[in-house]
Amino acid sequence: MEKIEELKVDNLSFSFGFKEILKNINFKLKKGEVVSIVGPSGGGKTTLLHLCAKLLTLEAGKIRNSFKSSSFAFQEARLLPWKNVIDNISLGLKAKNIKKQKADELSKNIALKFGLQIDDFEKFPKDLSGGMKQRVSFARALVLNPSLLFLDEPFSALDIGLKKELQSLLIEEINTNQLSILFITHDLMEAIKLSDEILVLKAEPVGHIVKSFKIDTPREKRDDSFVYEQTAKLLSDEYIINTFELGFK
Amino acid sequence: MKFLFKIIKDFPSYLWSGWGSIASIFLFFALWDFGNQLYGNLVLPNPKDTIITLFSMLSEPNTLNDIVITIKRAFFGFCISLVFGSALGLLAGLFATASMMSRPIVTILVGMPPIAWIVLAMIWFGMSDMTVIFTVVVASFPIIFVGALQGTRTLEGDLKQMADSFELPFKMKMFDLYFPHIFSYVFPAWVSALGMAWKIVVMAELLSANDGIGAALAISRSQLDTTTALALVLIMIGSLLLIEYLILEPIKREVEAWRK
Repeated sequence: MEKIEELKVDNLSFSFGFKEILKNINFKLKKGEVVSIVGPSGGGKTTLLHLCAKLLTLEAGKIRNSFKSSSFAFQEARLLPWKNVIDNISLGLKAKNIKKQKADELSKNIALKFGLQIDDFEKFPKDLSGGMKQRVSFARALVLNPSLLFLDEPFSALDIGLKKELQSLLIEEINTNQLSILFITHDLMEAIKLSDEILVLKAEPVGHIVKSFKIDTPREKRDDSFVYEQTAKLLSDEYIINTFELGFK
Repeated sequence: MKFLFKIIKDFPSYLWSGWGSIASIFLFFALWDFGNQLYGNLVLPNPKDTIITLFSMLSEPNTLNDIVITIKRAFFGFCISLVFGSALGLLAGLFATASMMSRPIVTILVGMPPIAWIVLAMIWFGMSDMTVIFTVVVASFPIIFVGALQGTRTLEGDLKQMADSFELPFKMKMFDLYFPHIFSYVFPAWVSALGMAWKIVVMAELLSANDGIGAALAISRSQLDTTTALALVLIMIGSLLLIEYLILEPIKREVEAWRK
């Protein structure tokens, strides 16, 4: 029997020195699901994501990750400046000992899919626009065909058009390959568009999850008006108002 | 290997781009000749005479011998600096305390005028090869050391984290992450250290050796032979230009194509 792929976080707490960052975090991410964690900046969202991706060492609590593979797309593209587009995309493949020729071929295919041109393949990151860099960063994460993708506000610096384009590419991946995503954002509309479950992380006094919202509408049916409506509904929620400190003083 | 091939492939187009520099060198010769017409042959011999003297000198085994000796000293001193400067700089960069502590020492080394080192070296080692090589090492070492130190200090945490997230094996981290970054700092430091070594070696020879280009320069001064002195200067500058523009610059272009 095939093992069920899931990410389960139990009672997680974390602190930098004496400063407590996260306390008693519990959630579960199943195969093919998108869970997003929303909250104001500086609330420990990125720390939580890094803990889940094993980029930080866990202190207290448990993280069980039975996903076969995972990859990470950061807020900034974080490309190696001395490598061209294709070599940047194929980095993860080469780390998995895939032959250069095969890795380059896979990288080229996914680069085209993510809207890069053949002319761009040999370019260095310095010659790419911010949006192009983020495309490369996405391609680098998805070329590995991960079953779990960690996203750390990757859309925050992009214009609306590109945001939509990359989001629909992700939705396609979710539908065809059952990609699971743990998604961090401060943008409620993004979260509503992509997620099955939205967890609200409140920063004060110590980062903890105050509420969870589930969205059952299939992703294809979430058009702009649906997203606006849901966002308006969430924004009137007492927990959201408290978490983002929206209350008028 | 691929790199070397690319350097050779791009070489003709690089040479072709050199017309501008050649024009500016000719302009310099014109100014030089103008100076000669103003001040006369004793003060500033004209370029033509200088170049004729240069060629007749180059056919003498004595001059060639001097050049070889000077190159040997500069190269030897530079290599010592290169090995120790790079290694110690990298090592110091790895530890915050070591890099902090090495800063004032580097400041002293950089700030101390080379002429003072030459005097000290003459007292310590007498009139020997050792004096010249020591001065070259002391003058070029801090440049390389600082380059290597900065290379290791400025490694970005963000990129390291990215490398961790893709589980790059140690070998890939070395060759794809650390090495290109450090090299981009160390290589320019090597280039400026080489230039420094070439200048210092002649100065040290002038004061503390009986052979080499510097010593020949000292002799031409005592004989008030301005033409020979200028021809020797041409040799020094010419060789520096050749090394810089025919070897180092093409390498630098390929190695640093990714830079802004």
